[in-house]
Amino acid sequence: MVEPAHLVVAPILVPLVTGALMLFFEDRERRLKTALSLISILALISIATALLNTVHGGGHAASLVYLVGNWPAPIAISLVADRLAAVMLLLTALLALPAMIFATQRWEKVGPHFHSLFQFLLVGLNGAFLTGDLFNLFVFFEVMLAASYGLALHGGGALRVRGGLNYIVVNLVASLIFLIGIAMVFSAAGSLNMAEIALRAESMQGFALPALHVGLAMLGLAFLIKAGMWPLGLWLVPAYSAAAGPVAAVFAILSKVGVYALLRLALLVPNEGIAFGSLVIFIGGVATLMFASIGILASQSLKRAAGYFVLMSSGTLLAAFGMSQSAVTAGALFYMLSSTLAVGAFFLVVELIEREQDAASSVLAVTMEAYGEGEEDMEEDEAEVGRIMPGAVAILGIGFCLLAMVLIGLPPLPGFLAKFAILTALLGPEASVPAASNLMRGTLAVLLIASGVVSLVALSRAGIRVFWAPVEPFLPRITVTETAPILYLLGLLIALVLAAGPAMNLFLATADDLHHQVRYLDAVLGAERVPPFAEAHP
Amino acid sequence: MELVIAAAIGVLSASGVWLILRPRTYQLVIGLALLSYAVNLFIFSMGRLRVNAPPVLDGSAPVDVTAYIDPVPQALVLTAIVISFATTALFLVVLIVSRGMTGTDHVDGREG
Repeated sequence: MVEPAHLVVAPILVPLVTGALMLFFEDRERRLKTALSLISILALISIATALLNTVHGGGHAASLVYLVGNWPAPIAISLVADRLAAVMLLLTALLALPAMIFATQRWEKVGPHFHSLFQFLLVGLNGAFLTGDLFNLFVFFEVMLAASYGLALHGGGALRVRGGLNYIVVNLVASLIFLIGIAMVFSAAGSLNMAEIALRAESMQGFALPALHVGLAMLGLAFLIKAGMWPLGLWLVPAYSAAAGPVAAVFAILSKVGVYALLRLALLVPNEGIAFGSLVIFIGGVATLMFASIGILASQSLKRAAGYFVLMSSGTLLAAFGMSQSAVTAGALFYMLSSTLAVGAFFLVVELIEREQDAASSVLAVTMEAYGEGEEDMEEDEAEVGRIMPGAVAILGIGFCLLAMVLIGLPPLPGFLAKFAILTALLGPEASVPAASNLMRGTLAVLLIASGVVSLVALSRAGIRVFWAPVEPFLPRITVTETAPILYLLGLLIALVLAAGPAMNLFLATADDLHHQVRYLDAVLGAERVPPFAEAHP
Repeated sequence: MELVIAAAIGVLSASGVWLILRPRTYQLVIGLALLSYAVNLFIFSMGRLRVNAPPVLDGSAPVDVTAYIDPVPQALVLTAIVISFATTALFLVVLIVSRGMTGTDHVDGREG
C-alpha cells in the first residue's frame, strides 16, 4: 500500500531519477530525452495537484509531514507539504512544462545535457519548497544553483559567459552568507529544524536571542540576494537577459525561491505578531519596485525589460509581505502566481520576437558566433524545422498584448485581480493594518499603480516598435512547438481568471496558515513515525 | 584558543573579502576559497570549542553527555566543504571559458 505520505518525497525523487537516468544516454537521443522529461514533468504536475488536493481539499489535514528515515520528529529531516509548499510545487511544474517543450525546438541542441540540468534544477526547486530543515534548505539551494549555473551558460557566447560569471560569483558569496546564518542560528537555538527553532525562540533568553536575530538576518540577506532586492539584485538582469529564452522563463521562478524562504522563515519567528525584519523587507521591496520601474523604462531591448519585470515582481512581493498582514499576503500570493507565469511566457515571446530582429538579436548572434562554423548548422535546423506556424505575427501580437495586460495589471486578466486584491486589503473598508502605518500603506498603493503605468508606457512603446512600425518587415518564422507553450501559458492565465474565486480562497487559507505559525509547529513537531515494519507485522 | 580561532576566521574573511572585490578572476577564486575556509571554521566553532571531547559516542559506558562535543556542526562542515569545493571547481571552469572567449581575465570581460 502506498501511503499518501510518501507522495511528499516524490517531487524530489522523480526529477532526480529522471535526470540521472538521462545522463546514461547521448545527447543525440533527443526524442528519448524529451519523452523522459515530459513524463517527469507531467508526473510532477499530477503529484503537485494531488498534494494540493490533500492539504486544501480535505480541510482537516492542513499539512503533510514526511519524516525522512523515519526518525522521530525534531531529529529527522522533515519534508513539509503545506498549502504554500503545494502551491509553489504546482507553479514550478506548470512553468517547467512549456519551458521544456519550447527548448526542444532549438535550445536543447546548442549545448550538452540540457534536459538533465533542467531536471536537477527541478530537484533543487522542489526540495527547497518542501524541506523543513535549514541545512537541507541550503543543500537544495546549492543543487538548484549548480544546475542553474549550467543552464545560464547554456548555449555559450561571450555575453552569456560575462553575465553568468557575475551571477555565479554573487550566488557563491550569497551561499557563504547563508552558511554563516545557519551556523549562528544553530548555535543560538541548538536545532536546524525550522519548527524547533521557532519553538525555542519563544522562550529564549539572554545572549541567545540577539545571536538568533543576527543569524536570521544573515539568512534573510542571502534570501534577499536571491530574490534580487535592490541593491543586492544588480546581478539579476544581465544574467537573466543573456540566458536562453526557455531557461530565462524557468528562472522566473528561481527568484521566487528567495521570496518563499524569506516568507516562511520571517513568519515563523515573529516579533509580537509582526514578521521578523518586516520593515527592512518592506523598504527593500519598495526600493526594488522603483528601481525596476526605472529599469523597464530605460531598457532598449525587450529581453532586458523582461529581466526588470522579474525584479518588479520580486519588489512587489517583498513590499507586500513587508506589510505582514494576512489579507495582503494572500493578494501577494495571487500576484506571485500570475506574475511568474506571465514573466515566463513573456521571456518566450520576447525570444521569438528578438530572434527575427537584426538590431536586437544580439543574443542569438552570440550563440552563432560561439558556435563559429555552426552558423550553417543553424540554417539547416531552420530548414528541417518543417511546420511553420501560419499567422505568426498575429499570434505573437495577441500573445504580447495579453501578457502586457497581465504585467501592467489591466482587467480582466489575473494581474489586475492580484493587484486589486492587494489594494483592497490595503485601502478597502475592512483594511485594518495594525502593524503598518498609513504611510506604508499609501506608499505601497501608489507604487503598485505607478509601476503599472510605467509598464504600460514601456510595453506600448515596445509593442508599437515591434508590431506596428518595424524598421524591417517583421515576418517571424516560428513553429508549432514554440507557439504551443506560449498559448498554454496564456491559457493558464485565463484559467486563473475563471477560477479566481477558488484560487483566492486557497491563497487566503495559505496566508492564514502562514500568519498562524502554531499550525506549522504543531504539524511538524507532532508528526508521528510510521511504525517500523517489524512492529507492524510481528 | 578562542582568540586564535577568532583571529584566524577574521584574517581569512578579511583577506577573502578584499580579494573578491578585486577585478581579476584569479583573485576572485582565491578570495572565494579563503572566504569558504573562514565560513567552515566559523561553523565548526559554533559547536563550541573544546579539547579532548570526541563527537562520536563509543557506547561502552553509560553516556555522559558533557564528555562529548556536539557532532552536528562537524557534519555540517563536512557538507559545506564538499559543496564549496564543488562550486569552486565549477567556477574555475567558467573562469577559463570566459578567459578564452573574451581574451581577458577581467570579471567584466573587458579591460578598464
